[in-house]
Amino acid sequence: MKISFVLNGKKRTADVQPDMRVVDLLREHLHLTGTKEGCGSGECGACTILVDGESRLSCLMLAAQLEGKRITTIEGLSKGKRLHPVQEAFVESGAVQCGFCTPGMVMTAVDMLSRNPDPSRDEIREGISGNLCRCTGYQKIVDAIEAAAKDKSR
Amino acid sequence: MAREVLLPHTIDDLWEIIRSEPGARLYAGGTDLFVKLRPQAHLPSSSPGTLVCLDRIEELKGIHEEDRLVCIRACTTHSEIMWDPVIRRHFPVLTKALRLLGSPQVRNMGTIGGNICTASPAGDTLTPLYALGASVETRSCDSGRLMPLKSFILGPGKAALQEGEVLYGIWITKDLDFNIHHFEKVGQRKALAIAIASMAALIKLSDEGVIEKIRLAWGSVAPTVVASRAIENALTGKPLTEDVLRDAMPLVADALSPIDDVRASAGYRRRVAANLLLRLLQYSNTGFEGPRVQGT
Repeated sequence: MKISFVLNGKKRTADVQPDMRVVDLLREHLHLTGTKEGCGSGECGACTILVDGESRLSCLMLAAQLEGKRITTIEGLSKGKRLHPVQEAFVESGAVQCGFCTPGMVMTAVDMLSRNPDPSRDEIREGISGNLCRCTGYQKIVDAIEAAAKDKSR
Repeated sequence: MAREVLLPHTIDDLWEIIRSEPGARLYAGGTDLFVKLRPQAHLPSSSPGTLVCLDRIEELKGIHEEDRLVCIRACTTHSEIMWDPVIRRHFPVLTKALRLLGSPQVRNMGTIGGNICTASPAGDTLTPLYALGASVETRSCDSGRLMPLKSFILGPGKAALQEGEVLYGIWITKDLDFNIHHFEKVGQRKALAIAIASMAALIKLSDEGVIEKIRLAWGSVAPTVVASRAIENALTGKPLTEDVLRDAMPLVADALSPIDDVRASAGYRRRVAANLLLRLLQYSNTGFEGPRVQGT
């Protein structure tokens, strides 16, 4: 089945089984391995992507659902060598250890900050409540998102 | 062999699909269905043939305010409902419950209709909707039905959807005249947690601190949501004090039929569900000082 969508700003067509999971389409078919699978059941957030700007779990979406949608993955945030301000903040704040949760965390943060540009730390914690991290203890991730919010050049 | 996945854009398209493929499995957000299907991914005989995604049908989305009622169409996402000012103004108990449902991503995908049709005893929208006295509207290609939500939920995982029907909308009456809107969910985490016990409460409290009207509902402590006239009657006309609530606690234990499962024992659920009543003390206007419930 041919599915047409916009991926990271570019029009794409994928010819795949309609019931292929989006996380598999991204990783296996399009070789965009930035999006991770941690649980496959919607409980870890590692597979988070943006669909029409909204954070969604690609492990619980089927390829057919992409038709006509605007998708953003972690690969779509940076512009050439320039990191997105949220990515920059994660680096500066030391919010990345093994990095496995990071793409999902960053995508979630991008959606969060677009809805609430000046969140409190409690609001940030609530905003990342759908993303698990086993390494950092979350503190520096919250610091990073707070710093990204304060960065007016965003 | 891949499953077909259909995305009808209108409800008429949907009726056509239902007519020609009666075995097709309908879904909106997929946050329940795809978790259920996952273990069966390697057993094609046990998974549905055709899947139908409802999320392109505009008619099944949106919050429509009328004079005395609000209708939430079934495929409205939890996020959309949670952020909606009409819901916040008239039914804050629903807004509060939705903030504790799943996670931001799950709320962006999952729908109120899906939560109702999944009919889990722990469904987070069900407890507040029972307290609000919500009704559900179902439609098929040539007819429609309206019934109280409590008649629509038959048991764990069983909703009264007939062949060829879809859940169309949820109807709630405005101006219910309560001034306290409370929801609490007990779970192993603050997010992405299946409720171990939950309680919704709507109270009309007089200036003198007397309960003039009260509605209560408990979730995850019985096959379906528990609402008890006996408990409500026992509290009506009484002051909102610790003694009054403690006197009602044995009635709560009697009204429930919880089970032991991986998350908690029946005994724990019985105890916690009764204790949740005491949380209402925070709304006392006669000087109670104690812990506030986060998120309410």
